[in-house]
Amino acid sequence: MTLEIRLSHAFPDFRLEVDLALPGGLTCLFGRSGSGKTSIVNAVAGLLRPDQARIVLDGVALHDLPPYRREVGYVFQDARLFPHLTVAQNLTYGPRVRRQQPRGLDRIVALLGIGGLLDRRPGTLSGGERQRVAIGRALLSRPRLLLMDEPLAALDEARKAEILPYVEALRDEIGLPILYVSHSVPEVARLATTIVLVEAGRIAAAGPAAAILSDPGTATLLGLRDAGAVLTARIAAHEGDGLTRLQTVAGPLWLPQVAGAVGRTLRVRIAAQDVILSRTRPEGLSALNILPATIAALHDGQGPGVLVRLDLGGEFLLARITRRSAQALELLPGQAVHAVLKSVAVAQADVGGRTADDSA
Amino acid sequence: MTDWLPPEAATALALSLRVSLVAVLVSLPLGVLVAYALARWRFPGHGLLNGLVHLPLILPPVVTGYLLLLTFGRQGWVGAALWDWFGFTFAFRWTGAALAAGVMAFPLLVRAIRLAIEAVDPKLEEAAATLGASRGVVFATVTLPLILPGVIAGAVLAFAKAMGEFGATITFVANIPGETQTLPTAIYSFLQVPDGDSAAMQLVLISVAVAMLALALSEWLSRRVARRIAGR
Repeated sequence: MTLEIRLSHAFPDFRLEVDLALPGGLTCLFGRSGSGKTSIVNAVAGLLRPDQARIVLDGVALHDLPPYRREVGYVFQDARLFPHLTVAQNLTYGPRVRRQQPRGLDRIVALLGIGGLLDRRPGTLSGGERQRVAIGRALLSRPRLLLMDEPLAALDEARKAEILPYVEALRDEIGLPILYVSHSVPEVARLATTIVLVEAGRIAAAGPAAAILSDPGTATLLGLRDAGAVLTARIAAHEGDGLTRLQTVAGPLWLPQVAGAVGRTLRVRIAAQDVILSRTRPEGLSALNILPATIAALHDGQGPGVLVRLDLGGEFLLARITRRSAQALELLPGQAVHAVLKSVAVAQADVGGRTADDSA
Repeated sequence: MTDWLPPEAATALALSLRVSLVAVLVSLPLGVLVAYALARWRFPGHGLLNGLVHLPLILPPVVTGYLLLLTFGRQGWVGAALWDWFGFTFAFRWTGAALAAGVMAFPLLVRAIRLAIEAVDPKLEEAAATLGASRGVVFATVTLPLILPGVIAGAVLAFAKAMGEFGATITFVANIPGETQTLPTAIYSFLQVPDGDSAAMQLVLISVAVAMLALALSEWLSRRVARRIAGR
């Protein structure tokens, strides 16, 4: 899948200028509210007609087509289920208006866990249920691309945790390309394969998620408090004392009971503020997870902090330390250090899984 | 059809029902279109159209009747053309009474439907478009089902208004028993003759009953719009 988006549009109070070429997978458009993220997906859906637009999905020029012929599914922040129809009628709306058989209904109903809701009316559903039905409705219209505009923003943490695995399943099991608008860093870190940073109507940065998240320059755009890198890890063994050993490029990590079969690949997110640096391999520490690394770059912030980019041998970590520590340790690019990880978050990719956020 | 009414009164009642029904049914599609345009589209002349629709509500009915006569009478610019080309005329026919009733009831019809349309979130229509529905299909499958109770409420109200139309009707098509003598004009005629009081009173009671029934029905339907849009 390739998606080319070139837009130019003058709003009364700001200008939108976008030039993007996106691969498949899940692309997160990240930025503050009002930065233009929603306008970009609305232009892809055809709900916004920009002054100039060139939107090409796998060779098909979408910008020439009316919204109903673009075959682009859209999950809105506010679900927008049809109030006069039951859940089942909402789900099959797309195939019905196109006079097609609703293909894959059972599978999608099972995937989203909405089998018990089919006869209900939207007004009687909870926010999380509504959003799952909206996802199912968009999927059943057989889109070639799925747009999701902050689908979790209106939900509380418990409901978010309820929906996130389903979104991961769309990304991993159905392989549907997704354009996902968000301003939540944990969400982006967990879901994105590609990240696009949008600032005041312009693209500030775009690239593979791991690169954007571990680049001190772009990580600060995500917000310092939330800066952190994502590593891929493979479940190596479930050990006798209740710990799971994960294999990464730089060595093993031990986490309490990660669900999943041995051999399964998952993503772990390590916040920059949870990484401590040491020039020598520390001893007598209770921390289990210590990875050898090389300093790739030091990035001075505006405050008293420094973001350090650590090369683990192909994958990268970010550490946020004080400038005073950086000077005291005489840290320079190229130096070998040890990264002590205070906390590692695991995003499981299986449906119905839990998010473990444990200190190890 | 009824033995308890004097024949002229029964004829007037039957005619009024026919005139009002035709007036409402014919103006309904146009009413939906105008209401949709006023609620959803911004175009040059939006205010003018809105004013034009509401004019019969404000103008003295006799003025509306006279304007209809000037336009649709045998010598009127539309009326003359209709007569020359199709041999059809509104003048002094029950169809003219239906036209007058339709024009006078149109503002009520449009207002009720417009309120229902404005209660429908356009975002639902956008969502339908992303699911593959063209504009016409969106209207038929989302907008219309949501506003249907409102449309019926407007039609009921317009029907009641048409049943009571007097000034424009008598000015445009006069008061011909069996052709253009509707309920209100019949009441007027009965009051002009000695011993007409009891027949007039019977028609008055029928009028009151029709009006109250229509109001109650349209209120109930409007509440259904709200329920339907809430999705319960």
